[in-house]
Amino acid sequence: MNGALKNIALDEMLLVKGTTVSAGSRMLKGCAALFDSAVAEKLRAMGVDFGVRARVGEFSIDLLGETSADGALVRDGEIRSASAELLLQGSAEACVGLDVNGGMRRACAQNRLVCVKPTYGSISRHGVVSVVPSGETVSVMARSAGICREVLSALVTHDVRDGTSLSEAQCARVRESGVMPRRIALPTEMLCGIGGEVQAHVETAVAMLRASGAEVISVSAKALAEAGAAWNMILCAELCKSTARYDGVRYGYRAEQYETLDELYAKSRGEGFGTLLKCAILYGSEVLSSENYERLYCKALRVRTLVRECFSRLFEDFDAVLTPAVSKMSYTEEHLRADAFFAFRENFYTAPSSLAGVPAVVAGGVQLIGDSFSEGTLLAVADVIERGRAHEI
Amino acid sequence: MRFETVIGLEVHVELSTRTKIFCSCSASSFGAEPNTQICPVCCGMAGGLPRLNRAVVEHAMRAAMMLSCRINPVTSFDRKSYFYPDLPSAYQITQSTAPIAVDGLVEIETAQGKREIRIKQIHMEEDAGKLVHDMRDGLSHVDYNRAGVPLIEIVSHPDLRSGEEAQAYLERLKTLLRYARVSECEMAHGTMRCDVNLSVRPEGANVFGVRTEIKNMNSIAAIRRAIEYEAQRHVDAIERGDGTLVPETRRWDEEQGITKSMRSKETAGDYRYAPEPNLMPLAIDDGWCARVRAALPAFPEVKRARYTSELGLGEYDAELLARSITVSECFEEAYAVCKNAKEAANWVLSEVLALLNAKRMSEDDLTLDGARLGELILLVLDGTVGRANAKKILAQMMEDSTLDPRAYAESQGFLICNDLSLIERVVDAVIATDPRSVSDYKNGKEKALMALFGKCMKELKGNCDPLLLKRILTDAVNRI
Repeated sequence: MNGALKNIALDEMLLVKGTTVSAGSRMLKGCAALFDSAVAEKLRAMGVDFGVRARVGEFSIDLLGETSADGALVRDGEIRSASAELLLQGSAEACVGLDVNGGMRRACAQNRLVCVKPTYGSISRHGVVSVVPSGETVSVMARSAGICREVLSALVTHDVRDGTSLSEAQCARVRESGVMPRRIALPTEMLCGIGGEVQAHVETAVAMLRASGAEVISVSAKALAEAGAAWNMILCAELCKSTARYDGVRYGYRAEQYETLDELYAKSRGEGFGTLLKCAILYGSEVLSSENYERLYCKALRVRTLVRECFSRLFEDFDAVLTPAVSKMSYTEEHLRADAFFAFRENFYTAPSSLAGVPAVVAGGVQLIGDSFSEGTLLAVADVIERGRAHEI
Repeated sequence: MRFETVIGLEVHVELSTRTKIFCSCSASSFGAEPNTQICPVCCGMAGGLPRLNRAVVEHAMRAAMMLSCRINPVTSFDRKSYFYPDLPSAYQITQSTAPIAVDGLVEIETAQGKREIRIKQIHMEEDAGKLVHDMRDGLSHVDYNRAGVPLIEIVSHPDLRSGEEAQAYLERLKTLLRYARVSECEMAHGTMRCDVNLSVRPEGANVFGVRTEIKNMNSIAAIRRAIEYEAQRHVDAIERGDGTLVPETRRWDEEQGITKSMRSKETAGDYRYAPEPNLMPLAIDDGWCARVRAALPAFPEVKRARYTSELGLGEYDAELLARSITVSECFEEAYAVCKNAKEAANWVLSEVLALLNAKRMSEDDLTLDGARLGELILLVLDGTVGRANAKKILAQMMEDSTLDPRAYAESQGFLICNDLSLIERVVDAVIATDPRSVSDYKNGKEKALMALFGKCMKELKGNCDPLLLKRILTDAVNRI
């Protein structure tokens, strides 16, 4: 980092020593962060100010943070993402957070911001409130691709403390700059369910890319459309184990009234956790139960392999895959009232890259997915889209 | 009807590594204040990630090799979920799908002869914390010092047929694992724990009867007693035919000598095993296995046989020397230096072990450098130091394993005097001070010479070959 960046916001999923780690949950409200996350360590060493914190929804599994224990951020009936607001208001130049269920990408798609969810393992998860260890990825959002690039180059390094961390050689590839791709795939199955506004953004992006000399070709990629169901199972299965430690015994919310040990657990967790999280925990437990383990969880793992293979085949012929990141350009409380599990359907667009661990960049309201270590290429596309949008405005 | 008891044992062994299995907290919490050897990883705090301790894997590999198991080329970890205050993450990281080793065997010997007991698998896992129930304030307290301490679980096939066999099996496990420095295996210290799975069936039947699990035995003898009690309880229930025999977990009550039905904390809950996503599967290649195997000691009986057949030691001595890995290595190192098996054996068995006993130390605490013991023995054998003084040197070497016996002997004036003129001067001087003894000797009193001899030896601080001194003294006296 060349020192140009002065302040970066960290979301509440990253530990900062001396502050609290709430992860958007009443269960952890007020708990002290015992040590710096790897990200905080790095920024501290570089003298970057990261005092601004971005709120998240409870364990970041929701749409845009609406399930935060501090309440939903709502403006004019629209649900707003706290990280996006910080960037739009200029309170921070970039926001680093944990992409658990695609929230950061959705926020950027809806607000003309740029987001990079790098290859799984790029940025150390040491000091991150873990939810879905096999898929959660520390990601960056900012107003421009250039800033994202700078933050990535500072934070992407091997960390021995994280067993899933990429090797130093692989990290170097992540940090490499790339060239504008020649061929971009547009899977028709991924265009399912989008509204008019999103359709327009996709068409604009396609036009810009073609204008810059790339081929954008419609393809069929059925496996990608199945990623959501498998991702939901894996997300919830890992989540129910990762959140099991929050039980009110050692720290965190403990119910005031309980008679037995079982009651201590049930009441503390019942009162400390929000509804969406509890549903996810129950679903995850169900998926992992001995009756369902083979039939559901193992199946989901096989779908994961199929999705990875589907991406592999696509990347033989194409340099990037273009998909929407959201179905509509804003979410309202109406949407949530109509469908409590909307977050687990809307992640249809973000699930494939979460599941496969491949990098995804959001720019100009659309998502570009690339092969592992192709962040450079994807950011080059984001550059083109930004330039195109600048001309527009 | 004659019945056969069928027993399988699940033995948990605490590995003697320096640090815990998934973090670098100290693994030896002996005497430590509660909750002083903990960190965010072993305490299940937000943000901690597990990292596998390589020494744990090598301890497990050595255990597997001592128990003749096949080591899996790829091994991985899983999460086993249940809620209890001593389990900080509400799941235990253990191995279910791909344990580190499978298909081993242990040879046991009882009054009925030798048998092979098959081992189903060995897997690595983390220990939970310790709950302490305070009777006074009615509160339960948790100490997480033990959480994350590395364990291996050794699961046998249900090949055992009696309490006596179970005892022999456990003692054999203990011998082998102590030998390979895998674990202390001391039930009294909690470094070895054992659960018993038992069922009874008519002799000759090939289906298993109702199986019960017994927990809470604190010694190998207690395990034998528990098995004998429980087997009889099964037989009685079967003969009564009243359906009271059900599959369940029971708790051994040492005082009453019975088992009682237990509302287990893990009452057959669904553990919902799933892979541990933070730990990548571990490849164990042939090269690594070879390196670990090369550093493995021979079995105790192999050493014993070598000591008798190759080194010419007696059965009794060989047995004593081979019994403990520290003692056998000390002996072997001493022998390698002094090349005299009998001397090395004598010194180790008579002197070293006696010194250990006097200090109430166990053989495991032996820090004596065997090679330096060998040097000391050479000093005695070539007449440089007398035996009595050598024992004093040994006592010092037991305190300080870096002590150089020759240098120490010099500094203490223990080196035997071979300077004839010096000896003659001393003899002449002593004779001059005691003419009475001289004349007494000349008049036939043999004892008088001994008195002179004693005085000379004292002057020489005992550092003289007795025969040499006697000769010089006698010559000197005879010349008068």
